[in-house]
Amino acid sequence: MRRFILALALLASPAFAVQPDEILADPALEARAREISRDIRCPVCQGESIDDSSAPISRDLRIIIRERLVAGDSDREVVDYIVARYGEFVLFNPRAEGSNLILWLAGPALFLAAIGIAVAAQRRRVVPDARLTEAEEARLREILKE
Amino acid sequence: MIIELGHFALILALMVALVQSTLPLWGAHRGDARLMALAEPAAMIQLILVATSFGVLTWAFVASDFSLAVVVQNSHTEKPLLYKISGVWGNHEGSLLLWVLILAVYGGAVAVWGGNLPMRLKARVLSVQGMIGVAFLLFMLLTSNPFWRLAAPPLDGQDLNPLLQDPGLAFHPPFLYLGYVGLSMAFSFAVAALIEGKVDAAWGRWVRPWTLAAWIFLTIGIGLGSWWAYYELGWGGFWFWDPVENASFMPWLLAIALLHSAIVVEKRESLKAWTILLAILAFGFSLIGTFIVRSGVITSVHAFANDPDRGVFILLILAFFTGGALILFALRAGAMEAKGIFALVSRESALVANNILLAVSAFVIFIGTIWPLIAELLLGRTLSVGEPFFNAAFSPFVVALAIILPPGAMLAWKRGSIQRNARALIPALVFSVALAALAYAMQTNQTALGPIGVALGAWVFFGALADLWLRTGRDGVGQRLSRLTRLPRADWGKAVAHGGLGITIFAVSAMLAWKIEDIRVVQVGETFPLGAYEVRLDDVRDVEGPNYLSTMGFMTVLRDGAVVATLTPEKRIYPVAAMPTTEAGIDYGFLRDVYIVLGDRQQSGGWAVRSYIEPFANWLWAGCLLMAFGGLVSLTDRRFRVAAGARKAAAPVAGVPAE
Repeated sequence: MRRFILALALLASPAFAVQPDEILADPALEARAREISRDIRCPVCQGESIDDSSAPISRDLRIIIRERLVAGDSDREVVDYIVARYGEFVLFNPRAEGSNLILWLAGPALFLAAIGIAVAAQRRRVVPDARLTEAEEARLREILKE
Repeated sequence: MIIELGHFALILALMVALVQSTLPLWGAHRGDARLMALAEPAAMIQLILVATSFGVLTWAFVASDFSLAVVVQNSHTEKPLLYKISGVWGNHEGSLLLWVLILAVYGGAVAVWGGNLPMRLKARVLSVQGMIGVAFLLFMLLTSNPFWRLAAPPLDGQDLNPLLQDPGLAFHPPFLYLGYVGLSMAFSFAVAALIEGKVDAAWGRWVRPWTLAAWIFLTIGIGLGSWWAYYELGWGGFWFWDPVENASFMPWLLAIALLHSAIVVEKRESLKAWTILLAILAFGFSLIGTFIVRSGVITSVHAFANDPDRGVFILLILAFFTGGALILFALRAGAMEAKGIFALVSRESALVANNILLAVSAFVIFIGTIWPLIAELLLGRTLSVGEPFFNAAFSPFVVALAIILPPGAMLAWKRGSIQRNARALIPALVFSVALAALAYAMQTNQTALGPIGVALGAWVFFGALADLWLRTGRDGVGQRLSRLTRLPRADWGKAVAHGGLGITIFAVSAMLAWKIEDIRVVQVGETFPLGAYEVRLDDVRDVEGPNYLSTMGFMTVLRDGAVVATLTPEKRIYPVAAMPTTEAGIDYGFLRDVYIVLGDRQQSGGWAVRSYIEPFANWLWAGCLLMAFGGLVSLTDRRFRVAAGARKAAAPVAGVPAE
């Protein structure tokens, strides 16, 4: 497959997301760029990632991501670079640190609590033991003998 | 004049709803049969009044009466008739009227088909329905009146948002509302039972068909919305994890939980308090959905109106109904003593696990949806929560649910045995592992998601078949086959719905794991490879539509030189709304869709083209339809048609409505 990169000449009004001229020649780098840009929110749109968005700023961000990657940044460094400029608002994947831990742990915590409650409730209403006690067994044998 | 008639009918409906929400409730408390008997005619009159009002608004849209503000803002004389009609609910005010109409339809349905309900319970249920009606009619008349006239009507309207001018979306909102509002029935039954202080097997049997109906509509509504997003938005995806989508997904999950726990109430008289709580929460989440869509507190691609006043009003409604019901629940839940006891390994326990997984997964979506709001209000952080969070936090619950579903669905009530069912499930296990291995061997990329999705989907699907087979007993194959046709419809419904879930799980994983994407500049006449196919751009022409201008690409999809399909992806501009849209060219296939989007003309000549191979896309919609169909089959089960559980000895008339 022939992939190519063109100059950063902006087109008049991009009708859709990732434009052919943004795509990097190196498929591995391009795949990383796509991976990153899928999780970056377009700052001016309503809940679209810059990978889906057609806003000019999204295009700028996509190009910045590719520039940083070509310059040799790691994925984390690229994301940090963007967060430093646009704030954590652009992260679709909120980092599990600080107060965000509540967000990440709320589900698992509730799950464990629910399991605990269910098991406790289950214990409270145990099925009466269907087996006979020794005394009952003895009595049963007696009856059967008769 | 006609408009005023509709307006007046709406005000009258509010008055009737006030009567319906108070007098029968009082009558039920005092044991006054005359007051209780008011509930039925009140519900019917309310239905007639709201239907009149809705008819008038529809007429205003069809006749393009531009003296109405909503018509001006959402219609245009040149719009096709279908979209003039769907324009009625393509806006905040009109969609609220549809909401109230559906509420009245459900109320009327109880009045007509609720013959076997005890009088007191019926009066209370209709009263609670009446209260919900009062709240929403007040909301509409005070903040969002669709019958608002303009002093100086313009000559033509501003057109409906072109994205909404689509058959898929014309029917998406009515189905969703039938689902949302349908859950109000479960809510009313729950509140009525709390007032009564009694929940028994009969209650479980009455509440289940309503929940089932609501869930079927919700399934179809969500499926339609997802399908629409897939073919209309032109990015080849089917789910955004957008706040508004989540708003419909949470009640859907809770409705499933409620469906299953209501079975336990019906069959075993256990889990009563929990089922009541679920019924309250399911409708509560429907109201939260309404709040999210209409208040604008959470930015979303679908948000209707960003009006804080309306938001506050809905928040009050939400607080009154959910809060009130929860307080009632706290006071009365103690009276809901469970009768049936069960062992750790039993159908009941499996359904408890199902409920926990569904409820917690709904909660995860809830916290993810409102976290940006909480973070901004309480923590001063502006952040976003999107797809990666939901995929990571929600998927484990689905995986767990899929794993426990087949054995859980087979366990005996009260005390089951894992060993006994294990033998029946061995073929399903072998099949699913083999298919996963096949998928792993055949896939071109190295994802774990694809094979895992295949294994889980097949496990659930073949597990459903094994369950059905096990129900036929232990005789020879011939006898079992003949017994298969005579199984209760509830068993068939269960198998079909579970099978549909398996197919859906498989299709979602397949689409996420094996999608092929290609973005490039294509010259007219050029051919490019796409997976196993070749695509040729034959021509790009300007075409004029009924109310839009289109740039249409003519593309031929070839495989080994033979023509597979010709596609015409478009870029449209709707001049009245001044809005561009993309229309993807899609060749629907059994195993894959070829999906092509036309972009802009490039300065270098040629056109930007984005193409996808979407594997098993149709299986996703088929899976959703199967789930809904399974629900429908179950809804027609004999026990819902026959008046089981009726108090009166002489009342085997029409049962609880089977739609």
